[in-house]
Amino acid sequence: MSHRSPASRILALLLLLLPLAATADSEGEAEKEALPFSDLSFPEPARHFSAEQKCVQPVEEMRKNHMNYILHQRDETVHEGIRTRRYALEECVNCHTAQDDKGKYIPINAPDQFCYSCHSYASVKIDCFECHATKPVRPSTLQTPASTTSSTNSDKLSNDIRQLLASEGPAQ
Amino acid sequence: MSEPSTLADAARRNFLAKAGVATGAAVMAPGLFLSVSTASARPADQPVTSEKRWGILVDTTKCASDCNDCVTACENENGWGSSEPNSSAEQKAHWIRSVKIRNKSTGFTKTLPMMCQHCEHPPCVDVCPTGASFRRADGIVLVDKHICIGCRYCMMACPYKARSFVHEALHDQKPWAPRGKGTVESCTMCDHLVDKGEKPACVQACSSALTFGDLYDENSEISQAMKAKDSVEIRADLDLNTGVRYRGI
Repeated sequence: MSHRSPASRILALLLLLLPLAATADSEGEAEKEALPFSDLSFPEPARHFSAEQKCVQPVEEMRKNHMNYILHQRDETVHEGIRTRRYALEECVNCHTAQDDKGKYIPINAPDQFCYSCHSYASVKIDCFECHATKPVRPSTLQTPASTTSSTNSDKLSNDIRQLLASEGPAQ
Repeated sequence: MSEPSTLADAARRNFLAKAGVATGAAVMAPGLFLSVSTASARPADQPVTSEKRWGILVDTTKCASDCNDCVTACENENGWGSSEPNSSAEQKAHWIRSVKIRNKSTGFTKTLPMMCQHCEHPPCVDVCPTGASFRRADGIVLVDKHICIGCRYCMMACPYKARSFVHEALHDQKPWAPRGKGTVESCTMCDHLVDKGEKPACVQACSSALTFGDLYDENSEISQAMKAKDSVEIRADLDLNTGVRYRGI
């Protein structure tokens, strides 16, 4: 080995790595195609908290920590009678339920709706809706939407999730 | 024959009076109701405190034998009336029910509403193994259904048969009154309304027989009504200091 020139060493290294790189590329493509749930789509929230802020907290924060907000609110409401609306589960339902063609609300706990589409992907069983209402009953008391132009980015959330899933794909 | 029967009657009277159940009609003049507002709204972000204690006074002399208005109002408000089609009559929810009592010797009958009595010392809270059954600082006794495991000890401990258990999956619950299979439930004194400064649904439906208010506030409508005329606790012998009081039994 010691009598080889540096150039031949590099050449040998490249030759060794070339097939690896090629397979990695093609595998990456195939995996992206076959990624389960990559075609997930979510009903878009009917209302936004404000023009800048889609949800009661930034979406990234809600994705990670929505359960903590709801849990905290739940104990305060049941035991102390604190009834602020911002983190109330009822307000989640008010925004995140979708309507069918006839304008009837689809229960939020239906398999393809907002909560369960993601929770089934994550294999997390939630039982909020064995007791709690699954459809809006009374009007929201939170801020009304600043604009109703959400139709242009109606697939924003699902696109975000898709990107997230795609970027996490190879790590799986 | 007459003497033993009188004695027996006296004994029964004694027992029933202790039990707070009617032996005859205690005829009362129509209650004098002051129009003092009962509840002032607490800010939504402030916790309940023990400065208030909510109570209901039931004037049974105003209860007609065929009247069910308070029960219907509760059903509509909290959504429990016809929500369990597959449960037997014994299994169905009864947050509030109409009870008919009868004096066996005279045949006199009376109807009264029976629900959670919101005790100061609630047996249901004593026996709960998980802490789900609890008494809120303002005296309302509730079930935290997030913690309830459905063991039903509280149902057995309650002297008033106030609690019921949900035996089947439910749909279309009210957002302000979540209820579901496998948990125990009872009258919440409409805490969602009380927290807004409103009266419970039953009291709104029947202001003639039912008075709601703060038992600690001597100027409240309920305190004035209780000061003016006699009222009793049912099963006062248990020393539970109930928040629901009855008149005319």
